[in-house]
Amino acid sequence: MNRFVLPLAAFVLLLVVLLVGLKRAPDKNNLPSPLIGKPVPQFTLPNLFDTTQPLSSEALKGHWSLVNVWGTWCVECRAEHAALLQIKQEARVPIIGIDWKDQDEDALTWLAQLGNPYERVGTDHEGRVAIDWGVYGAPESFLINPSGTVVYKHIGAMTSQVWQREFLPRVSATIGKPVMPGVPASAPAAAGPGA
Amino acid sequence: MVVELGHYALILALMLAAAQAFFGLAGPALKRERWLAVVPSAACGQFVFVALAVGVLVHAFVNNDFSVRYVAETSNSVLPLFYRVTALWGAHEGSMLLWILVLSLWTMALVANMRHLPPSFAARALGVLGIISCCFLLFTLATSNPFVRLIPAAPDGNDLNPVLQDPAFAVHPPILYMGYVGFSVSFALACAAMIEGRRDQLWAHWMRPWTVMAWAFLACGIALGSWWAYYELGWGGFWFWDPVENASFMPWLVGTALIHSLAVTDKRGLFKSWTLLLAVTAFSLSLLGTFLVRSGVLVSVHSFAADPSRGIFILVLLVLMIGGALGLYAWRAPLMKSAAGFDFLSRESFLLFNNILLTIAAAVVFGGTLAPLIADTLGLGTLSVGPPYFNPSFLVPILPMLSLVALGMHARWRRGRLGEARRPLLLALGVSLVLALALSLGVYGHPFKLTPVGATVGFWIILSALIDPVDRLRRRLSLPASVAGMSIAHIGLGIFVLGITFVQSNTIERDIALKPGESAPVGAYRFRYDGGQDIVGPNYEGFRGKVSITRNGEPVSVLYPEKRRYWVQGTVQTTAAIAPAFNRDLLAALGEDVGAGAWSLRLQYRPLIRFVWVGALIMAIGGVTAVVGRRQRGLVASGVALPLATTAPGGIREQGGAP
Repeated sequence: MNRFVLPLAAFVLLLVVLLVGLKRAPDKNNLPSPLIGKPVPQFTLPNLFDTTQPLSSEALKGHWSLVNVWGTWCVECRAEHAALLQIKQEARVPIIGIDWKDQDEDALTWLAQLGNPYERVGTDHEGRVAIDWGVYGAPESFLINPSGTVVYKHIGAMTSQVWQREFLPRVSATIGKPVMPGVPASAPAAAGPGA
Repeated sequence: MVVELGHYALILALMLAAAQAFFGLAGPALKRERWLAVVPSAACGQFVFVALAVGVLVHAFVNNDFSVRYVAETSNSVLPLFYRVTALWGAHEGSMLLWILVLSLWTMALVANMRHLPPSFAARALGVLGIISCCFLLFTLATSNPFVRLIPAAPDGNDLNPVLQDPAFAVHPPILYMGYVGFSVSFALACAAMIEGRRDQLWAHWMRPWTVMAWAFLACGIALGSWWAYYELGWGGFWFWDPVENASFMPWLVGTALIHSLAVTDKRGLFKSWTLLLAVTAFSLSLLGTFLVRSGVLVSVHSFAADPSRGIFILVLLVLMIGGALGLYAWRAPLMKSAAGFDFLSRESFLLFNNILLTIAAAVVFGGTLAPLIADTLGLGTLSVGPPYFNPSFLVPILPMLSLVALGMHARWRRGRLGEARRPLLLALGVSLVLALALSLGVYGHPFKLTPVGATVGFWIILSALIDPVDRLRRRLSLPASVAGMSIAHIGLGIFVLGITFVQSNTIERDIALKPGESAPVGAYRFRYDGGQDIVGPNYEGFRGKVSITRNGEPVSVLYPEKRRYWVQGTVQTTAAIAPAFNRDLLAALGEDVGAGAWSLRLQYRPLIRFVWVGALIMAIGGVTAVVGRRQRGLVASGVALPLATTAPGGIREQGGAP
């Protein structure tokens, strides 16, 4: 072998590294959120629909819930809206919205026009709560189990495929039947990241 | 409808790029004279259609056409017109289009100058450029089409990232791309030389001006980016060793090595295969940078919306382009024997050291950039590599390299004697030592041991770069553009070294909370916070503080740092206020409102920071001077008139090109 082949050999080696990096890139994006397996960050936010009744992290306890971070300024949120409405119709898990860095009037208009998939919506005007949740950009969706532990996080638009593939199995695995808000589920956080 | 025309124009450009590639490479191979004539026309046509596509996208931005997904994602109707135009390269899809536009601009430049080259050689080089263009057009159309519609159309757009709403953003990406896409011409010429199996070194002569121009653009682009980060990000730093910064810095380092190695190949016929390898590597690193930024394999502040499916596509293209070129190299480079020798302390040796050390420096950056990826591959867990690795490791090859610059400039070709340059060089070294000690101990005063060393090296480079021009002026000789260019570039390097040395050693930073009327000392200066007021801009609202600076009771400057909240994305943006001067910058940035009228403030004093960017700019000016001067003297016109040094006499200590 002559020395002129060495650069090519080095390049092949580099390719292997890049290929492995690329294979792992999706995990990096759908980041192993440090929150997974941990209790949800404490928060209290103004309620979009009823300013006298703030939305707090306590509201996530006692039942499965889907926390969806969105904003009317977000193009992808428009794209995922139909999927959220559909999930709501199945009524398996209540959707709690966190309206991120948005104006209340815009948000109310948006929900009036496109339909409201949310059980409750907290308005995070300053984006402080989103920081605690480690939100990079909207939309992001979190699956919370009845003990208030973050089980799964999805970055980007929610689709019915993602819901069927990633979220639903985690919910069904522990309880095996639909859960409505207010029905205390006895199963603890068995569907953590290790599951 | 107009938008679909843009999409269509891009498809036509792809067809023409394919024609350019096919006829450019097949024509000379099959000896079809008439096929050669097609190549420049295809290149021109491609440029026209790419420009048309860009024009269409600009039109969509200017008219707020939010039915175009890309426009809806990166623009907004309240965005000022100027930023609506620059939003074109505000995200991945549009910046790919810019990449392609810049590539076709360089292709046009080659077409305009191809009469100086043998027709078949020029056709091959254009053919290689055609392949590159094909790859990127295909990639853009298949995975990153900026013309995709959004149905139903968004009522308004998502706005341009506030960090990008800055005049520097109008020029930084285009100039940076001019730089690293510019290395595609050197790459294409190297490939053409290898395909032809040329045994002479004329290709090196042809390649020199292209390389220097690309290198100069890249220097400007990097400096602009660094300056922009400095004032816009409000952190006061100018270089963060971020993967994306490194992606532009590595081709620049290799490009610097290439310029010097080209000089040896052109003048003396040595280092041929090494020079070819550098030409291939410089552009390969640009391509690799593109991959790293856009595939999401590395995490960076600059990252574009990452999409692994794009990553695999670019990876395939990398295999095609880089793998192809390196395969060609493995096959053809053994033909390129260099049969001349040189003494140990000749200019060739110094340029060899320059090359080795710059390559090591590039390797250090490369290693640090890819370390997280490699650690991940080997299952060593997550690793993050930052300035604590880069700063010292980079100095190891760079400090010796810089110390040799003064000697290398004055060493003779072939012979290992400094001759008459020895006395002025030693004198310059002595003067530099005195200046450096005076400055580092007297004016700035700091315990770092490396400060006087860095300062001495900086001064020595500047002074020794002046020896030749001063000598020529004294003897009333003309100053050839190549000598002037080299001197200017090295003076720029010296200024840059001085800047870095003192900024790194003598910066003072304070983070402190101040109430209106309170003040804090920063070095010899006193910063007083005078309160502030709420402000409203075209698409943001915010708070503007007032900071008065005095020195020994004398007013120096008043700064107005801002904190802005952009309405559409709700992003909070800190805009630092800077009082610049020749010898120092004073900076104030607003932190948080800590209540009771008090704000946390970041206050900084940075000596000689302007030298860093001015030095880079002067280096680029030096490069351009050399190229423009060479053109005017018509040397570029025909390499045929050049003395061929392939059989130069001298020692026979060195055989073969690659060190």
